[in-house]
Amino acid sequence: MPAQAGWRMSEAATHEANPTGLAHQFEDIEQQREASSLGMWAFLVTEIMFFGGLFASYTIYRALHYSAFEWGSRNILEVKWGATNTAILICSSLTMAMAIRSAQVGKKKATTIIYLLVTMLFGAAFLFIKLYFEWRQDWIDGFVPGLHWVFTSAHPSTVEPGVQMFMCFYFFMTGLHALHMVVGLGLLTVLVIMAARGRFTSQYWAPLEISGLYWHFVDIVWIFLFPLLYLIGGRYH
Amino acid sequence: MSTVTAELHESPAEPRTHYLNASYGIRSWLLTTDHKRIGLLYLATITFMFLIGAIAAALMRLQLIEPQGALVQPETYNKFFSIHGIVMVFFFLVPSIPATLGNFLIPLMIGARDVAFPKLNLMSWYLFITGCCCMLYAIMAGGVDTGWTFYVPYSSAYSHQHVIAAALGIFIAGFSSILTGLNFIVTIHKMRAPGMTWFRLPLFIWSMYATSVIFILGTPVIAITLLLLGLERLLHVGIFDPRIGGDPLLFQHLFWFYSHPAVYIMILPGMGVISELIPAFSRKRIFGYTFVAFSSLAIAIISFVVWGHHMFVTGQSVYAGLIFSVLSFLVAIPSAIKVFNWTATLYRGSISYEAPMLYALGFIGLFTMGGLTGLFLASLAVDVHVNGTYFVVAHFHYIMVGGAVMAFLGGIHFWWPKITGRLYPDLWARFAAFTIFIGFNLTFFPQFVLGYLGMPRRYAVYPAEFQFYNVMSSAGASILGVGYVIPLVYLIWSLRYGPPAGPNPWGAKGLEWEKAPSPPPTHNFEEIPIVTQEAYDYAGTSGVAHV
Repeated sequence: MPAQAGWRMSEAATHEANPTGLAHQFEDIEQQREASSLGMWAFLVTEIMFFGGLFASYTIYRALHYSAFEWGSRNILEVKWGATNTAILICSSLTMAMAIRSAQVGKKKATTIIYLLVTMLFGAAFLFIKLYFEWRQDWIDGFVPGLHWVFTSAHPSTVEPGVQMFMCFYFFMTGLHALHMVVGLGLLTVLVIMAARGRFTSQYWAPLEISGLYWHFVDIVWIFLFPLLYLIGGRYH
Repeated sequence: MSTVTAELHESPAEPRTHYLNASYGIRSWLLTTDHKRIGLLYLATITFMFLIGAIAAALMRLQLIEPQGALVQPETYNKFFSIHGIVMVFFFLVPSIPATLGNFLIPLMIGARDVAFPKLNLMSWYLFITGCCCMLYAIMAGGVDTGWTFYVPYSSAYSHQHVIAAALGIFIAGFSSILTGLNFIVTIHKMRAPGMTWFRLPLFIWSMYATSVIFILGTPVIAITLLLLGLERLLHVGIFDPRIGGDPLLFQHLFWFYSHPAVYIMILPGMGVISELIPAFSRKRIFGYTFVAFSSLAIAIISFVVWGHHMFVTGQSVYAGLIFSVLSFLVAIPSAIKVFNWTATLYRGSISYEAPMLYALGFIGLFTMGGLTGLFLASLAVDVHVNGTYFVVAHFHYIMVGGAVMAFLGGIHFWWPKITGRLYPDLWARFAAFTIFIGFNLTFFPQFVLGYLGMPRRYAVYPAEFQFYNVMSSAGASILGVGYVIPLVYLIWSLRYGPPAGPNPWGAKGLEWEKAPSPPPTHNFEEIPIVTQEAYDYAGTSGVAHV
């Protein structure tokens, strides 16, 4: 709780435009930072529940149609792309953390901007691989349920319905994840602009921190998606 | 709304600047970040949505006056009850108390200048409006006929109505709930005035906190469920589709995982309001503060593990049914704790019967009936008999209308002088409270009987032997309707003609009454108060210092 003298700040003072980024409803920058951080954590809890519905459904259906899910994972998804993307995302989390750190310790604003840009580059690379090498190929092969589903007689017909279910989950889950990545790239763009304008100081870096939380969260979702979707097929080459 | 501000400003009795006359014009309302104005924006919006839901209900009751249906074909009747359910649950009850009174009161009650994220607060309202527009589009384009529950496969494959627009409306309005809950949680954690410890908080704050927890944990699940439903409808294949090994029951599990806690989203804020009204009009500190506070949290937590009691007869395993039955009985305990503590507060209190108190007393009686009949439904064997009948309809209307709406009206009447700075005619208000109570019971008590006799819900026609009770119910609904119109008239009247209320017309305790004028200034307090007292410190005050 901030010092009580601070709370008696006159109304006029709270109205003044504040160059340090302090909003009128807060008493000091520390209270504001704690509030935005708690807000982001609460938001991430809702995100966990949002993805949670999908993960729970996935778990139930994987138990019900195990062989079909395994078949789909082994024959449709490519571990090499999943693994590459996993590595890319982990690296992007590192550079995100570096960006926050560089602002906290008061490094030059160019340093922060470079770390942010590298993070964005990793994010874009992830999306490119997902879109071009994976989803595009799935479309060509006719593995997109509802839109382009061509399951030839070469495939075992016994698993066909379950494989379609597996691919439904694959597209829902990776699609939702990719959507979050796009939002994350938008946030990073805003951060780059803010950093370029010199908004961040060693006192004020809350936007970096909370966007970082979000970015790491999206990363962690992928860390769960990768084994659940790619590795259950057991073909690791 | 802007006319309201202008009128208040013209009154020579109030030259003071407050949140209503600080700025004028439609822009100053649509771009406001003041939690008090946002609360009023929500109030206008949900009142409009309530009107839509009420019209649908009136048409249903008209239809059911005659056994073969007095008004429309069954297909149209299906749309009536679907629109009534969807609008009332998602666009009125869920946001009702939290988004209006919660927005208005939380910063005032904890001694803050605003909520933690004012812009996010305004964004929530815009999301809500967008959701409302989607729903209104669905209604005008031809309606929805799935019921408010959207069960697959009917909603995903067979219904030819505007399911996607309605589901999208709920999806978007859901994000409004999530952001409101998030804002409240952070505000209550981080924005309390010096000395405002957790156990000095008004119990309304505790119940809003518990509600917010359900908002942020439950709403995302209905969001993803409706998203999956919408995709399945668009693509004609999806995870609830039995042709590819999907299980329609999974939809029901996901739906009720949100929608049962949503019942508590509707009733917990009401309980919070009652916990304010009872001490204020009994002139006593609430009995068992800590128990009431923690029972709110207990309800929020247990509410997440009882959803299966909606599915006793769907073919879920008997053992799951047993466990859900036991857990459903458990959730009755914290609810009962609240009822006992309210009645114990009344005991030897200096009770006065102003309009808000009449609503509060009505709430306690009706909520108790709704809660106890809930235990009938939580019992496996009884549920098999009454599941899907009017017994269920009567039960949840006792909770949602007899409970949540009564509390909402009680709260609006209690804080109206604070919100507008004006008093309303108390005699009319008491008359309206009685009318609503009588109309409500006449509408819904016969439905318990109907359900017990076996009349199924959601049918446009029924056997002639049920006509007596149905006519009774429809007659009650017309009285209830009149009861809702009366407050609308005199509350609007009071905006111009009501006498100035003064800061604390009820002589109530709490920062919003004792430290802020009516209406409060834009930044709520001249200086942030320092709290040195427990909540409801009524010792030493007696009688009512009002009107």
